[in-house]
Amino acid sequence: MRIASPLIASAAMLVTGFLIFAFLGKDPLSALYMFFIQPLDSLYGVGELVLKATPLALCALGLAVGFSANIWNIGAEGQLTLGAICGGGVALFWSGELGRLALPVILLAGVAGGAAWAAIPAVLRTRFNTSEILVSLMLVYIAQLLLAYLLHGAWRDPEGFNFPQSKAFDDAVILPLLMDGQRANISFLFMLALASLSWIFSRRSFAGYRMIVAGQAPDAAAYAGFSQRRNVWLAFLVSGGAAGLAGVCEVVGPIGRLQADISPGYGFAAIIVAFVGRLHPIGIVLAALLMSLLYLGGESVQLGLQLPAAVTGLFQGLLLFYLLAADLFIGFRLRRTPAAIKVPA
Amino acid sequence: MNDSSPATPRLILSGITKRYPTILANDHVDLRVEVGEIHALMGENGAGKSTLMKIVYGVTRPDAGRIEWNGAEVVIHSPAEARRLGIGMVFQHFALFETLTVAENISLALDERIAPAALAPRIRAVAERYGLPVDPARLVHSMSVGERQRVEIVRCLLQSPKLLIMDEPTSVLTPQAVLQLFETLRRLAAEGMSILYISHKLEEIRTLCDTATVLRAGRVSGTARPREETNASLARLMVGSDLDDAPLEPHPAGEVRLEVRGFSMKARDPFGTALRDIDLTVRAGEIVGIAGVSGNGQRELLAALSGEALGQHEGSISLGGRRVESLGAAARRDLGLGFVPEERLGRGAVPAMSLAQNALLTGAHAGMVRLGLVQSGAARASARATIAEFKVKCGSELSAAERLSGGNLQKFIVGREIRLAPKVLLVAQPTWGVDVGAAQMIHQALIALRNAGTAVLVISEELDELFAICDRIAVLTAGRLSKPEPRASLTVEKIGLLMTGATQEPTQSQAHA
Repeated sequence: MRIASPLIASAAMLVTGFLIFAFLGKDPLSALYMFFIQPLDSLYGVGELVLKATPLALCALGLAVGFSANIWNIGAEGQLTLGAICGGGVALFWSGELGRLALPVILLAGVAGGAAWAAIPAVLRTRFNTSEILVSLMLVYIAQLLLAYLLHGAWRDPEGFNFPQSKAFDDAVILPLLMDGQRANISFLFMLALASLSWIFSRRSFAGYRMIVAGQAPDAAAYAGFSQRRNVWLAFLVSGGAAGLAGVCEVVGPIGRLQADISPGYGFAAIIVAFVGRLHPIGIVLAALLMSLLYLGGESVQLGLQLPAAVTGLFQGLLLFYLLAADLFIGFRLRRTPAAIKVPA
Repeated sequence: MNDSSPATPRLILSGITKRYPTILANDHVDLRVEVGEIHALMGENGAGKSTLMKIVYGVTRPDAGRIEWNGAEVVIHSPAEARRLGIGMVFQHFALFETLTVAENISLALDERIAPAALAPRIRAVAERYGLPVDPARLVHSMSVGERQRVEIVRCLLQSPKLLIMDEPTSVLTPQAVLQLFETLRRLAAEGMSILYISHKLEEIRTLCDTATVLRAGRVSGTARPREETNASLARLMVGSDLDDAPLEPHPAGEVRLEVRGFSMKARDPFGTALRDIDLTVRAGEIVGIAGVSGNGQRELLAALSGEALGQHEGSISLGGRRVESLGAAARRDLGLGFVPEERLGRGAVPAMSLAQNALLTGAHAGMVRLGLVQSGAARASARATIAEFKVKCGSELSAAERLSGGNLQKFIVGREIRLAPKVLLVAQPTWGVDVGAAQMIHQALIALRNAGTAVLVISEELDELFAICDRIAVLTAGRLSKPEPRASLTVEKIGLLMTGATQEPTQSQAHA
């Protein structure tokens, strides 16, 4: 049933989408075709699917590590932004001096930036027992404002007509494409490598075992002497680093410079991806492809049917909502009770 | 069988059969309970007692067989229906909301909707009538396990049942509270209520019950009048073979392995018990027992000894001469500490994980982890060895822990800890809810471990058990530990006095603080 639930949720999402398109006065079948099929009818389209699925899967694979131990990093979007800032900074100022090492250093800087940003909620959680959910979420907005501050000031392209964006990066530090005729780049391979590592981590490593025990039975983890502090640190450093990698791969990939909006909410959508993928590496890769299709389909119906951009968020929301509902109804039965309890005065 | 009774029997089960995918849980079981009779249902774990009671209480349906209730055949579809018929059940594990009051809890559990305020006088009336002191306005979290059991009994009695099923009710009570419970049960029976009393404590069954039906491997292996039987003859019916008493040969104790000096610690949980000035020494090759009713600091003492609870404290804890009071649980394990906790599912074992994965829980240093990678072959081999050595009934080492019966999981956990060859072993409630055969096996394993030179500390609420296996016994009351004394110089009465007489019940005083 764990596998059935995402499938049920996807089907329910399609049915609801059908009804919404019909209600909006569009031909639902052609709208669904435009949403889910048309984006994939060319090599370029498939490339776009992979291009958008990559950061989603990178973030989600990292988040899943912590989620399995009930450690909730909600701020992958901020860690992605910091990854972009740190990697982008290296690309802007040192790509000449570093020569052939430039690209690896840029990527590492991105990973380090994301991990460092994620370390803040980890410190606060392990030292002061703050809620990592709130701290990591609030740090998203700080990260975005930091990026805006740099782009409106020190890092702004002097010849950019005052747009909040940096100079374009050197061609030498742009990630190579997977193949010509589309835009997906080798970050897709990084993602596949991370998925394999994540599979080994959750299935074979003792650290992964400790996290699963902590998630399933916290008292058993305490009994065995597994440190929850270590779990928190590991979860945040891994998820932050993965999100940072997603961020830097965006700016040295399809974007090619730093700009104010580098992500259409990949870091948040990755939370949905992690759960739809059941925190399992293969599931996450598939779920990221589905979520990516929702982005592309949303754009497609925006252009083709003049629907608002919110339609992407609508479908994402439907998917998560139905997934949670399906999980609930698989686990519990709804029952009517005869009458309400009278509350004593 | 008691055929001389003039009235229609309250309950007749005939030919009850229930098959689960892997086992035949009940195989043509017959059971007959008369009006006003206290009827014992005995049997080892996995003998099918729980399945049979679930069938009577409407939780599961039998594959075959008839249920007659007051002379009429019935089909019981749900617990609500069972309650409507007049069947009440007090479970071994209580389902009470800790943050609500007694009256609120009972109101939620009743089938009719009655406001807690309206219920309070009725609760008081029932409580008074049957000698079960319960304050309806008290919050459940402030109550001891024994008091919670009273709430469950009162809840059942409010529905004036004709048949009361009690699942191992005395495992959480002091000797004095057990006497009080028996008094209540006898009074209920005298009024015509029938009681089905599930237990594995032979002594109790012989004192309390009129008739006993014994289950073995899903079948009725016999019925008996317990008052006319001996412990040995009852045990033979249950186990199918004679049990040899495990005699505790005197054994010289060696060097000090676990030493606690003047240890005090506040409880982390606001409703827990603070430990006060604990002094305790356990030597190699001896078993020291700690008696006492739960809620008197057992949980806190174990957490302090195991390293799960670290925090502000006074005094010292030493393992093998090394101060460890500031070391975590993992570090203490590395120094040779083994621990069998009271809660098996969720603490001693991860419910959804296989036995092999659960062997890994404490086996990281026993060759099951290399270079950070889990050696699943080693973990499976270790689990298989434990299963074979302790005759754990399960599908295989890949069965999930939650699929095992309580006794079998306990055997697995005890076996797992013993296989790690600990220098000091802490065991909490080693045979809680475990049948006679398994209990004996666990006792023998602990004694063998002691004879091999391990220092063993057993915390138990069952005095018979402590007297059977301990060299020295101390009593924990309200967070204070009495001086451990040699078993020979102690009696049940003396321990009972130490348990209750030294101070008043700690949870009482907290509730009013």
